[in-house]
Amino acid sequence: MEFKEKLLASHLALEEKVDLNDAVHQTRLESLKTFEQKGFPSPKDEAWKYTSLNAMVRQDYALFPKAETSIELKKVKKYFLYEIDTYKVVFMDGVYSPFLSDTTHDGLDVCLISAALSKAKYRNLINTYFNKITNKEDSLTALNTSYTLEGAYVYIPKSVVAEKPIEIIHFSTGKEKALWLQPRNLIVVDNNAQVQIVERHQSLKKHSVVTNSVTEIYAHQDALVDYYKIQNDLSTASLIDNTYISQEKNSNVSVHTFSLGGKLTRNNLNFYLKGERCHSTLKGVTLLEDRQHVDHYTLVDHASPHCESHQDYKGVFSEGSKGVFNGKIHVDRLAQKTNAFQQSNNILLDDKATVNTKPQLEIFADDVKCSHGCTVGQLDEDALFYLRSRGIPKKEAKALMTYAFANNVLESVELPVLKKRINKLIAEKLGVNLGFDL
Amino acid sequence: MAYTEEELKKELENKEYEYGFYTDIDSDTFPVGLNEEVVRRISQKKNEPDWMTQWRLKAFEAWKNMEEPDWANVQYKKPDYQAISYYSAPKKKDQYKSLDEVDPELLKTFEKLGISLDEQKSLTGVAVDIVMDSVSVATTFKKTLAEKGIIFCSISEAIQEHSELVRKHLGTIIPIKDNYFAALNSAVFSDGSFCYIPKGVRCPMELSTYFRINQAGTGQFERTLVIADESSYVSYLEGCTAPSRDENQLHAAVVELIALDNAEIKYSTVQNWFPGDKNGKGGVYNFVTKRGICHNNSKISWTQVETGSAVTWKYPSCILKGNHSIGEFYSIALTNNHQQADTGTKMIHIGENTKSTIISKGISAGQSQNSYRGLVQVHPKATNARNFSQCDSLLMGNHCGAHTFPYIEVKNKTAQIEHEATTSKIGEDQIFYCNQRGIDSEKAIALVVNGFSKEVLNKLPMEFAVEAQKLLEISLEGSVG
Repeated sequence: MEFKEKLLASHLALEEKVDLNDAVHQTRLESLKTFEQKGFPSPKDEAWKYTSLNAMVRQDYALFPKAETSIELKKVKKYFLYEIDTYKVVFMDGVYSPFLSDTTHDGLDVCLISAALSKAKYRNLINTYFNKITNKEDSLTALNTSYTLEGAYVYIPKSVVAEKPIEIIHFSTGKEKALWLQPRNLIVVDNNAQVQIVERHQSLKKHSVVTNSVTEIYAHQDALVDYYKIQNDLSTASLIDNTYISQEKNSNVSVHTFSLGGKLTRNNLNFYLKGERCHSTLKGVTLLEDRQHVDHYTLVDHASPHCESHQDYKGVFSEGSKGVFNGKIHVDRLAQKTNAFQQSNNILLDDKATVNTKPQLEIFADDVKCSHGCTVGQLDEDALFYLRSRGIPKKEAKALMTYAFANNVLESVELPVLKKRINKLIAEKLGVNLGFDL
Repeated sequence: MAYTEEELKKELENKEYEYGFYTDIDSDTFPVGLNEEVVRRISQKKNEPDWMTQWRLKAFEAWKNMEEPDWANVQYKKPDYQAISYYSAPKKKDQYKSLDEVDPELLKTFEKLGISLDEQKSLTGVAVDIVMDSVSVATTFKKTLAEKGIIFCSISEAIQEHSELVRKHLGTIIPIKDNYFAALNSAVFSDGSFCYIPKGVRCPMELSTYFRINQAGTGQFERTLVIADESSYVSYLEGCTAPSRDENQLHAAVVELIALDNAEIKYSTVQNWFPGDKNGKGGVYNFVTKRGICHNNSKISWTQVETGSAVTWKYPSCILKGNHSIGEFYSIALTNNHQQADTGTKMIHIGENTKSTIISKGISAGQSQNSYRGLVQVHPKATNARNFSQCDSLLMGNHCGAHTFPYIEVKNKTAQIEHEATTSKIGEDQIFYCNQRGIDSEKAIALVVNGFSKEVLNKLPMEFAVEAQKLLEISLEGSVG
């Protein structure tokens, strides 16, 4: 049986796990129909021109893990920001792990979407926000919606500043030989509230795992959202990340994506600027080797005037790795005084590595400042020579230059612990110890 | 009176097509429709050898199984290919000995266009091969060119007289199955130009052809083949103006350039087909395939000024096959009212140390849509490939759109690719700066538009730069001082 067929057939099994009367079951069924019609995207779709899922969906995956797994904290501690106190929502093979988590309902909600879906007191919120800004035509998002079961739910009420960062971590343990995960996160940040969130997907053992994740983020007036995605998974794990962000007046949302590992990673990052004077920041560092593949697909939809968006993606590709950047800026006729900037810089270190980029500007308003820049090149020979002539070994010199190249993105990371962690990860990747932090 | 942008916009919208007139010449026109018989008759009419007829039929066969592409960012009613006449030629086909013998109606047309033959002949030194609805009616300076061994004639003449040369190269750069419109053109092309520059010859003058669509309801299918043999140089000009017509006319041309080792081809176009009236009615569909191949150390440079056509679909490309070859693309695309343009270039880097430059300037006004779509591709063996791309858009009013779709595909680590794109309007501070210095708003807008387009205008040959400037003036009437 083809995997698509299995997904359609197994939906019945899901119905045993969910409350059929909950607020979203109708949406699940509708989305399943959309997925049935559209199927998995193929390279013939313009949006998937450079990233093929054919090999991925030819395999078979388990959709629900057979048994719940608990794991000792010390084994996974290194994947947490253990140096500081945080709220944690942790999942093992898609199942909530209360032992590792640290949730709250005190002043703000950091809990599970399954709870929010089933409890009556959340019904209004779910009706207002669930699946409202997603792209209904996108088949993978529809697939996720149809299998909505578990994920993180975060609600920050009016004028509340979450004093601790929130970590959302999805582990896959490798108990299933091949596993297909579909977490669903909903994050609502009310007027004038602030939050920092770190999201991570990590497999603990080499096994075939695909995560098709959907996250909806609502930033209300004057809200501040700082979101980090750490993608440093094993070479057997693939991730399709669909993130939808809606911004109201004066809100400020930034998303940093660190793609340092994984077999195939696709980041669909969508910003909808609905109110005036929004600020949006999209930044990414991609550092790949082997036969890894990362595809950044961003959309910034400027629907209101006086908004600013800033995109900055840096990629370093070695060995047979492949990088794709597809960035679309859409400026509506009403969105006068828009200031949109987009930049994608890439370094190829190997002849077998490939970079494909396709920045897109679609502009319908005249009083705007929009620009994009894109470069593909290599490390500057003269600069390398300069460093080496001063006694810095080639490897270190290269690492230094790579650091400098990525620094633009790193410097805007607001969590010092996280910044340090990313620095360490990059140093590990480059196989050097620079003995200092940026 | 100070000239505000509002007024400019209004004037732009109200501007009618200035070159819209229709020359009344008896034509020998085929009935509408396209089938194998029509393809055979076109071939027969032109007295073509058998291989050519077969080639056309093969293309027609391929075309029948193809689908009209719809990936471009343009919207239009697909033409009914069975409602077009595929052949139209002026009836009087005698060879003219002097200009006096030429149909006075025709001469008047040229006068209106500002290209008096006498003037061309005696003053500018440009040899003009005028294509009036498919058949070339006047060729000048042939003799001078012949002395150098340069062949410059209509493609039908070339098929007769230089059969081997044409047979060897025709369709090698743009195969008949390349795309829908190229296949159509290959099947039914009525005429076009052929140019061959022998080894080591530097063509002493700018070669130029003026195309005009004239007969109502006929599609124009031009075929151009330019071959620059080793170490030769040629600068080729192509310019178009078309009369005002209500129904949409189709123009599906194919241009192939071949630059052998150390050769250089400079191909410049000024396109001003009828863009439709201000309500978006009528206008020419311009679906053109242009491509050139560069062998070792050679260079191809495309320069285009696109101001006309209701719908433009055009991507002059360079295949940089030889080592150290260079490809260039300079473009100004101006759209107004309901015009739509989807244009750009492809630079395919295959050889080592290849270089390419892309400068594209889009100006949109009224309710037009202007897109840049380009591809820079670096193959794994293209060591030290270098590309610089710049796409700038200027928007006038908030009913128009500017879009960029640059594709970059790199498979070699030594490649250096740069791409940048900006979109802006004429800044209030720019106008203010000029006002401050005693330059009125009208002149200021002119200055900005001129400055915006300068990089491309500078690349045009002298004779053409003047005409291009004129076209921009007409399109942005009152703003260019």
